[in-house]
Amino acid sequence: MPQRILVTGYGIISSIGNTVQECYQSMIAGVPGIGRICNIDTVLRDELIVGEVKRTLPELLDMAGIEPEEGYSRNTVLGIIASSEAFHHARLHENRQLRTGLISATTVGGMDRCELFYNDFLTNETRNAYIDSYDCADSTERIASRLNLTDFITTISTACSSAANAILLGARLIQSGKLDRVLAGGCESLTKFHLNGFNSLKILDQKPCRPFDKNRAGINLGEGSAYLVLESEESQKITGNKPICELKGWGNACEAFHQTASSPDGVGAYLAMKKALELSGLKAADIDYINAHGTGTDNNDISEGKAIETLFGNRIPMVSSTKQFTGHTTSAAGSIEAILSILCLEHQVIWPNLNFSEKIDELNFLPVTRLITGEPVCAVMSNSFGFGGNDTSLIFTKI
Amino acid sequence: MNFIDGIGMISPQQTLVPGRFPDDVVEYTADFLKCIEPVYKTYIDPIPLRRMSRLIRMGISSARICLADAGIAMPDAIITGTGLGSVEDTEKILSDISKEEKFLNPTPFIQSTYNTISSQIAIHLKCHNYNTTYVHRTFSFESGLIDGMLQLGEGSSTRVLVGGIDEMTLNHLNITRRIGLWKRQPVNNLQLLNSRTPGALAGEGAAFFLISADRSDHSYARLRDVSTLIDIRGSYRRDQAIRNFLLQNQLQPEDIDLLIVGISGDAVFDPVYHQFASDFFPNAPLAWYKHLCGEYHTSTGFALYTAAQILKSQECPEILLLNHKAPSRLKNILIYNQFRNINHSFLLVSFPD
Repeated sequence: MPQRILVTGYGIISSIGNTVQECYQSMIAGVPGIGRICNIDTVLRDELIVGEVKRTLPELLDMAGIEPEEGYSRNTVLGIIASSEAFHHARLHENRQLRTGLISATTVGGMDRCELFYNDFLTNETRNAYIDSYDCADSTERIASRLNLTDFITTISTACSSAANAILLGARLIQSGKLDRVLAGGCESLTKFHLNGFNSLKILDQKPCRPFDKNRAGINLGEGSAYLVLESEESQKITGNKPICELKGWGNACEAFHQTASSPDGVGAYLAMKKALELSGLKAADIDYINAHGTGTDNNDISEGKAIETLFGNRIPMVSSTKQFTGHTTSAAGSIEAILSILCLEHQVIWPNLNFSEKIDELNFLPVTRLITGEPVCAVMSNSFGFGGNDTSLIFTKI
Repeated sequence: MNFIDGIGMISPQQTLVPGRFPDDVVEYTADFLKCIEPVYKTYIDPIPLRRMSRLIRMGISSARICLADAGIAMPDAIITGTGLGSVEDTEKILSDISKEEKFLNPTPFIQSTYNTISSQIAIHLKCHNYNTTYVHRTFSFESGLIDGMLQLGEGSSTRVLVGGIDEMTLNHLNITRRIGLWKRQPVNNLQLLNSRTPGALAGEGAAFFLISADRSDHSYARLRDVSTLIDIRGSYRRDQAIRNFLLQNQLQPEDIDLLIVGISGDAVFDPVYHQFASDFFPNAPLAWYKHLCGEYHTSTGFALYTAAQILKSQECPEILLLNHKAPSRLKNILIYNQFRNINHSFLLVSFPD
């Protein structure tokens, strides 16, 4: 019998709240975090709206209790805040004999500082403290250092599925017996680098994004960070932590179709969901809710919708995207949305797919458009798909 | 058990033909060692090739060389590691942003995402299987190997493709030289140890390996174990880690027939390797490889290529040896690499019996 993987802690910072509790309150109240760009000096400021954490870098450093010191990028501080919440929730500072890993995910890493200081990097010595933040491992190592997590560390980058793959690797390392518990998730901050990058692909909506709507016009980017604590059952017996839920299945597949577009039939999404379902031992009908990748691009929502129809046939679970609340937090989306999905199990709710008015012609199902309460929620699926067709699906179940 | 069944290696040396060591060593006097690149149209269709930046080309080509060497069309998983991804594309964007923040060509942005190589390989092979990318400094390639070995252990895969790819550019060299990573003057790679100055000689490379759960008649080596250790607080945990690593693999220090270390000509950090060798393997023949490929985050790909060839050919070229002790037997090879005395990694390979 493979080890059960229990979720015993979590932490978030996002545009809808600086803690899990705050995010939950915003979700219940139906208040999205999308708005004007405040913290980045960009020419796109008046064109785009984003899901931004409403704090400046010095304010975030203060919040994290970090002495004003050079070298910290925004994604690192977001990562420290969310990982610390999860760390303390599951009391990872206790029972140090347990082998504890840190698996973090990011794509643009410390680009917020690098893009600001790039000319200095090239011409003078004034910004040397930030040179290390150029690479993705910098945030992970700073988190590891602050939390003293050194039994295993690595960093994953599979674009917008990165944090889901961090959670997936954590589960596999526990099942293989290499680790007892893992802090897994991702951190991403908004940067001119990827605001302009996504803008050049013409997949950003200037209005609030409308996933699964006929008139959807693209993404609202977001930022944030979230981490889960995963433990083996044996570890949980030692720590005495109360399990929040179980990570029951995970699947990773590749579209192998196009670098930035999804295939029309969503083969990668289908395979990822199918693998996760098979591993979980559940039937398709057992899934109560799918927290979709649902970016609001023309391409993703059809592709993902088709894949859901193929896998679930005429018994499609309730489906919604929560990117209307948080924005698309790219590498952090996998863990932020995993936690939003877990909140559905904990509080027996299903999140509404905001901004919906008209069904997509090519799809036969409607997303959930209002907050659902009073219906049993026992198993949820969280989808995260990335550029390059790196698709990952996770299934969480009620204990 | 896990076996190395195919290799694709693009490096500053003539390593394009797997299965044998190059006849001659390429000598450079340079700021960094640049890869000798293949004729790309042998491996990549000309239309997509035109838009691909250098790292992507090197990655796809070395993956294809590896699969051809192993005689395999479709791996069960594709896993890559890269410390920096496509530096060339990232620099293009940073340079555009720092000017007037306008870029209309999405290609550099698409290619700057770190998973581009693993997904491009998947697209070329139409491979829908497990696919992921690790981006953790000198753990990038090692994390990929650890994941690949997990895949084989889970039984969901029998043949996984794992690669480590990194490039260097002049701009990036100049930037990271500011934090002491590199030598200040061009040096001769074959006279590297005479320089006695701080900083390494930078390099680059693309190494792919087909790791199989079954031994075949062309297996190079058995990949026994890979371990990474982070020692952020300078707590000397490495020494305990190497003892545990040997113990877990039921080996004594005397069982290591050849120790390959990441000595790079860096007067600051080379003593770490010498201390390690004399503390734990005082009698083992000592070899190095960074004079051939330079220092980069996934350089252990070159080290693993070297170890696999040595085990298959049962000979260790003179150019690799550091302490004038020729190995008397070639069964177990330990590779030890470190970065800033913080990131330590061990790779253990054995004769595939």
